[in-house]
Amino acid sequence: MDQSHSQEFIQHVINGVSLGSIYALIALGYTMVYGILQLINFAHSEVYMVGAFAAYYVGSNKYLALTEHQGVGALIVLLIVAIAACSILGVTIERLAYRPLRKAPKLNILITAIGVSLLLQYSGQIVFGSDPKLFPEVIKDVSLFKIGGVEVHSLDVTILVVGTIVMLGLHFLVQHTKIGIAMRAVSSNEMVARLMGINVNRIISFTFILGSSLAGVASVLVGLKYPKIDPLMGMLFGIKAFVAAVLGGIGSLPGAMLGGVLLGLCEEMVVGYISSTYRDALAFGILIVILLFRPAGLLGSVQREKV
Amino acid sequence: MTESKKETAQDSTILKVENLEVSYGGIQALKGLSFEVKAGEIVSLIGANGAGKTTTLRAISALVPYKGNVEFKTKSGTVTSLSKVQQHEIVTFGLAHSPEGRGIFPNLTVLENLVMGSYSRNDKEEIAKDLERCFVSFPRLRERSKQKAGTLSGGEQQMLAIWRALMAKPSLLLLDEPSLGLAPLIVAQIFEIIKDVNKEGVTILLVEQNARMALKVSNRAYVVETGKISLSGTGKSLLDDPRIVASYLGGH
Repeated sequence: MDQSHSQEFIQHVINGVSLGSIYALIALGYTMVYGILQLINFAHSEVYMVGAFAAYYVGSNKYLALTEHQGVGALIVLLIVAIAACSILGVTIERLAYRPLRKAPKLNILITAIGVSLLLQYSGQIVFGSDPKLFPEVIKDVSLFKIGGVEVHSLDVTILVVGTIVMLGLHFLVQHTKIGIAMRAVSSNEMVARLMGINVNRIISFTFILGSSLAGVASVLVGLKYPKIDPLMGMLFGIKAFVAAVLGGIGSLPGAMLGGVLLGLCEEMVVGYISSTYRDALAFGILIVILLFRPAGLLGSVQREKV
Repeated sequence: MTESKKETAQDSTILKVENLEVSYGGIQALKGLSFEVKAGEIVSLIGANGAGKTTTLRAISALVPYKGNVEFKTKSGTVTSLSKVQQHEIVTFGLAHSPEGRGIFPNLTVLENLVMGSYSRNDKEEIAKDLERCFVSFPRLRERSKQKAGTLSGGEQQMLAIWRALMAKPSLLLLDEPSLGLAPLIVAQIFEIIKDVNKEGVTILLVEQNARMALKVSNRAYVVETGKISLSGTGKSLLDDPRIVASYLGGH
């Protein structure tokens, strides 16, 4: 009896962390753009949706026949496709919709972001069709090994491995490369960053590429784990990832990772021990609690330091 | 800088500002301000709060839009109109700007701040040498290189701000209120550094409210009053000028 309880718990933890690392990947995109532009990029969730469809079309293409060559190679192809599609879309949105409004009041650009999000949702329904599509199965979900009597499946391992690699890569890039330091400098004080000769427009474009790429990775991982994709798939998932970013502290990269994993775990526990009905209510409940009691989030700084 | 002596007065001009006009909303902050800086000089802009000193520096660095002309002699010796280039290119021409309020990046480490100072450069070995020079001249920055710059004291932050600007290897350094909010002893140190930096061949355009200190180290100075130059002269002559003494030096 006891053992089956602990097995169940471990299973929930694995599911939760795996779901959470996908939230984290998307949350990072929200938080990075916020850090640089103080903009909540509501179109981010649609960038993620488009990534899933780009991967879907390539993955289910008969001539490429990726589903017949299941494995890491096919996964990498889909990741590259989704990353490319998301980066291009992300940069284009910034260029066409946000850049002209850079000097306008913040509210204008926020409303524009919501507009772009809706535009993409409904264009998606026209272009891709509103019926759900089945994401190509490029990784077979088989049981790989057992932890404490719990079978660990290849999809969860894939998600954790890919998520970890991508987040470690991002951490290295932001902390230890010149362009990463420049991103943080622009985020800290844009005017002074200009005085250093930093091309702020280029840094902003780069930030959008980076955030969108992470959304691309997330879209493929989600497609594998929850294979039904549709043009509105970004809406709920995106808002939850946004909640994860706020939970961790918007603007903070470690915060987005922590917030994502925590949200995934909480959701999974609610589904496992209470009822799956409350799954979505939980995320918004967390948002309300955070905004009431710790608006800066778990790892966010209480106020931006200005000297 | 030794070469500049041979050149004619016209040729040694490193920065020439003509009829600078800047408006914020409906308010005209600069009303046709003109001055010039010659290579190797320390030149001060002094004046009261709100006279337009900081705005002048911001216009030169293209942080605010302006009318008028700003000509700068780049490191390669060509005279370039700064309004006609991309803002981020300016520092590559040899013009660095240490802004008002120091403007260090508080969440970046001391070292990262200095690395950002050299952002426009690609000569890795020379950058390493300049970094070493900075650490030798101000060892406190080496001790704290891994620390967040926001944890430094005000004086240390000012040193960091100056060194960060120097990491761009400028021929002209714009310094905006380096003495602001610092204890007299630290202010004296900062002015020593300014003199040293100038001796090493960096031309300096200094904006100061501490007129006495500024005039003492300056070759020449301009007095800015409500967006215009009202007086100019050598640092020494202005120190003795009764109008300056009455208005800016607090004397009688």
